[in-house]
Amino acid sequence: MTRRKPIATGSDWNFETLTAYEREIARLADEYRLDTYPNQIEIITSEQMMDAYASVGMPIGYHHWSFGKQFLAVEQAYRRGQMGLAYELVINSDPCIAYLMEENTLMMQVLVMAHACYGHNSFFKGNYLFRTWTDASAIVDYLVFARRYVSECEERHGVAAVEQLLDACHALQNYGVDRYKRPSPISAEEEARRQAERAEYLQSQVNLLWSTIPEHRLSNGPEHDEEDPLGLHQYGRYPAEPQENLLYFIEKNAPLLEPWQREIVRIVRKLAQYFYPQRQTQVMNEGWATFWHYTIMNRLYDEGLIDEGVILEFLQSHTAVVSQQGFDSPYFNGINPYALGFAMYSDIKRICQEPTAEDREWFPDIAGSDWLETLHFAMRNFKDESFIQQFLSPRVIRDLKLFTLVDDDQDEMLTIEAIHNERGYRRIREALSVQYALSVREPNIQVWEADIRGDRSLTLHHVQDRRRPLAKSVYPVLRHLHQLWGFPVKLLSMEGEEVVRRYQWPLPADVEARG
Amino acid sequence: MSYFIDRRLNDRHKSEVNRQRFLDRYRTHIKRSVEEAVNKRSITDMERGEKVSIPARDISEPVFQHGPGGKRTLVSPGNKEFVEGDRLRRPGGGGGGGAGEGSASNQGEGMDEFAFSLTREEFLDFVFDGLELPHLERKALLDLEEVRPVRAGIAREGVPARINIVRSMREAQARRIAMRAPIKRALREATEALEAEERKDPVLRNPARIAELKAEIERLEKRLDAVPFIDTYDLRYNNLINQPQPSNKAVMFCVMDVSGSMTQSHKDIAKRFFLLLYLFLERNYEKVELVFVRHHTAAKEVDEDEFFYSRETGGTIVSSALSLVDEIIRDRYPAHQWNLYVAQASDGDNWDDDSTTCRQLLIKSLMPRLQYFTYVEITPHAHQALWEEYESVQAEFPQRFAMRQIVEAGDIYPVFRELFRRRAER
Repeated sequence: MTRRKPIATGSDWNFETLTAYEREIARLADEYRLDTYPNQIEIITSEQMMDAYASVGMPIGYHHWSFGKQFLAVEQAYRRGQMGLAYELVINSDPCIAYLMEENTLMMQVLVMAHACYGHNSFFKGNYLFRTWTDASAIVDYLVFARRYVSECEERHGVAAVEQLLDACHALQNYGVDRYKRPSPISAEEEARRQAERAEYLQSQVNLLWSTIPEHRLSNGPEHDEEDPLGLHQYGRYPAEPQENLLYFIEKNAPLLEPWQREIVRIVRKLAQYFYPQRQTQVMNEGWATFWHYTIMNRLYDEGLIDEGVILEFLQSHTAVVSQQGFDSPYFNGINPYALGFAMYSDIKRICQEPTAEDREWFPDIAGSDWLETLHFAMRNFKDESFIQQFLSPRVIRDLKLFTLVDDDQDEMLTIEAIHNERGYRRIREALSVQYALSVREPNIQVWEADIRGDRSLTLHHVQDRRRPLAKSVYPVLRHLHQLWGFPVKLLSMEGEEVVRRYQWPLPADVEARG
Repeated sequence: MSYFIDRRLNDRHKSEVNRQRFLDRYRTHIKRSVEEAVNKRSITDMERGEKVSIPARDISEPVFQHGPGGKRTLVSPGNKEFVEGDRLRRPGGGGGGGAGEGSASNQGEGMDEFAFSLTREEFLDFVFDGLELPHLERKALLDLEEVRPVRAGIAREGVPARINIVRSMREAQARRIAMRAPIKRALREATEALEAEERKDPVLRNPARIAELKAEIERLEKRLDAVPFIDTYDLRYNNLINQPQPSNKAVMFCVMDVSGSMTQSHKDIAKRFFLLLYLFLERNYEKVELVFVRHHTAAKEVDEDEFFYSRETGGTIVSSALSLVDEIIRDRYPAHQWNLYVAQASDGDNWDDDSTTCRQLLIKSLMPRLQYFTYVEITPHAHQALWEEYESVQAEFPQRFAMRQIVEAGDIYPVFRELFRRRAER
């Protein structure tokens, strides 16, 4: 290969060199068939980066104190040097917005462009979860709509009222997704157009549901039932099936919410939905971006477009990014998703190119296949949970020296269940996959019954997973839920069919005190 | 396809609203924190912001989470010595494997305090929240230094930065019309004459006349072109004149007893009180001057260091300090130009007969000119003659004279707040 002259050397950058590098990276990305949204690369200062952090990376958002808290925390940590800011931040939108900090060196800017503008960007565009759950072209418009709507509500109903409502919605935002149903894509135009219409319609629906005149009973009431003289349960449970999407259920059924409040519940729900894929693809997404920045930077060096100084600086930085501390290290902070993801993609490539006998046994489908095709397949069709289940190889388990530890409160000792050996590989893979499953990480809580003909209380069921109880935060969350629902809220922890723990809000004492 | 946008010049305080929302929401927490900080701080320290901590549980955002207990399996990296089936004692007696907790609940549980920094401005806002400076007056228009430029019409002279483009262009157009009109008229006449001449029968034409007219037309056209589009003469400038401003400055007299009975801790308390007052004045006035007067049996004007840190012994004559203040006001700070504040700190000791003198000095000469007089007595003991005399002064000037007792450092801030509480609340 003929080596060309480096586009730039040293650590200073300017817009010409960035543009030139960007063009080269785009050429290489194209060679690797990375399909991306157009890139909108924005150079920002560290203060602006802190702003971006505070709003969870959204370019625009409604106002809420929790973002201020986030900002103060980041600022404090940054000022005291406890934490560096991320070098980049990228938003799943079309065009894909990537923030580059002005403090970055030339190497960093090139690295970040490869990582964010081609790595993450292609992941956003290709991965099935993002394709299903998010609409990149609509998100920015929707955020603008949300911000305007929330501030209109603040003007009309007061900042305090809106803030309280948002607090309550935020407490439940992890339960604002239909995990097993495909969502309808969000679109700002449509939202704005249909908003008024929907508000009216929704209210009429709710009114119908809560109408207190028992029409049916008057006309064709069933036989008198000794057990249920008032006929409160004759129509069966409502909802007929348990509902996992708490915010959706609230939005559609809460008896006392005003239309504008329903709309805000919806906004929080829609934004939670937008972040849903990100929470499930951390390892895959970061691993993918890291794999490609590594590959592209090396190609740039091979072609002579960056010099030895830059590639050495890169290798140092890359090594830090993918380092994995052992569990007993004072710096240990869980499994590093960059390290795990990068190791897995790199290993998939190795399995395709130089499969060993072990690989042929474990991965008969992909051993020796076209690595680029396989990598793209893996990126497109999985989430962390299934990606690990499918592709975590014995080699990676050995390299990272993974082991599983069982912590059972009925056992006074901890047990090492599996280590990186022949007997352990599958069990480790299984356990790690479960560790990344959102449905296991978060308590499984569903709406069981809204007593629409009785005391209007709302009952939730928590299906316990391996006897794990809820944290104490359950009470404040129930208080928020109670605020949304307007009537007593109950939560039952279930172990099979048996109720092991009851929570309710208002607390029983309050109810009695009020008579 | 990619494009770059340089956003560095954009607004960088996008989160300011959210930040303020947060501060508002936790106002009471922050205020408590600030009060503690004020009492702990040393004097030179007020110039910076403050780190404030709020118990994390008060500001946590609750979500449904798994609590401790039950059975969990944790995958960790970096195995060195474990083999399958190893049994380990629980580290630290309770909780999970110590290792992976961070990922399970990285919010709330781990840290007890949420710490962040207030800027200096925010900090002082909290310190002086709800306080008001009594009798703030704008003093007479006298001092020539106190001027502020204000707009005053249009001028022909000025600096380029203040050119008024619209007015300049209007002037230029008027001048162009005025200057070109006679030339145009002459040109039209010459053209008509030339046409008339050319319409004549060739025999009758006067070639000399034609040449003359053509030359004339050419000359006029040149003159027309030579009229400048804009001339220095056209330029107009926005005019600024200096307008005298009501003086908005204050002088604060710090008067302290440094006799033997005042210990260093007394002085520290006094110092913090002075400091608070100074910062408060500084926020209300553009310029605040400080005068330090210390006294035992005799009074002396000194600089800050000497004021706070030198030790003297001997008796106490308070009136010496008051008459020195009086003198300084007479010499340097005429009351019609300056807002005058006096803060006095003492342990209450005074020469027996002197307290009456003090009262008279205050009532007759000082109080009529002062904006506010605050007296803090730093003593755990019973009051003496000075306090009683001062009480009669207070009776006479209830709006302008304030006195309080401070026993320990913790009292300073509450006393200060009490002295300057907003009037309406009283």
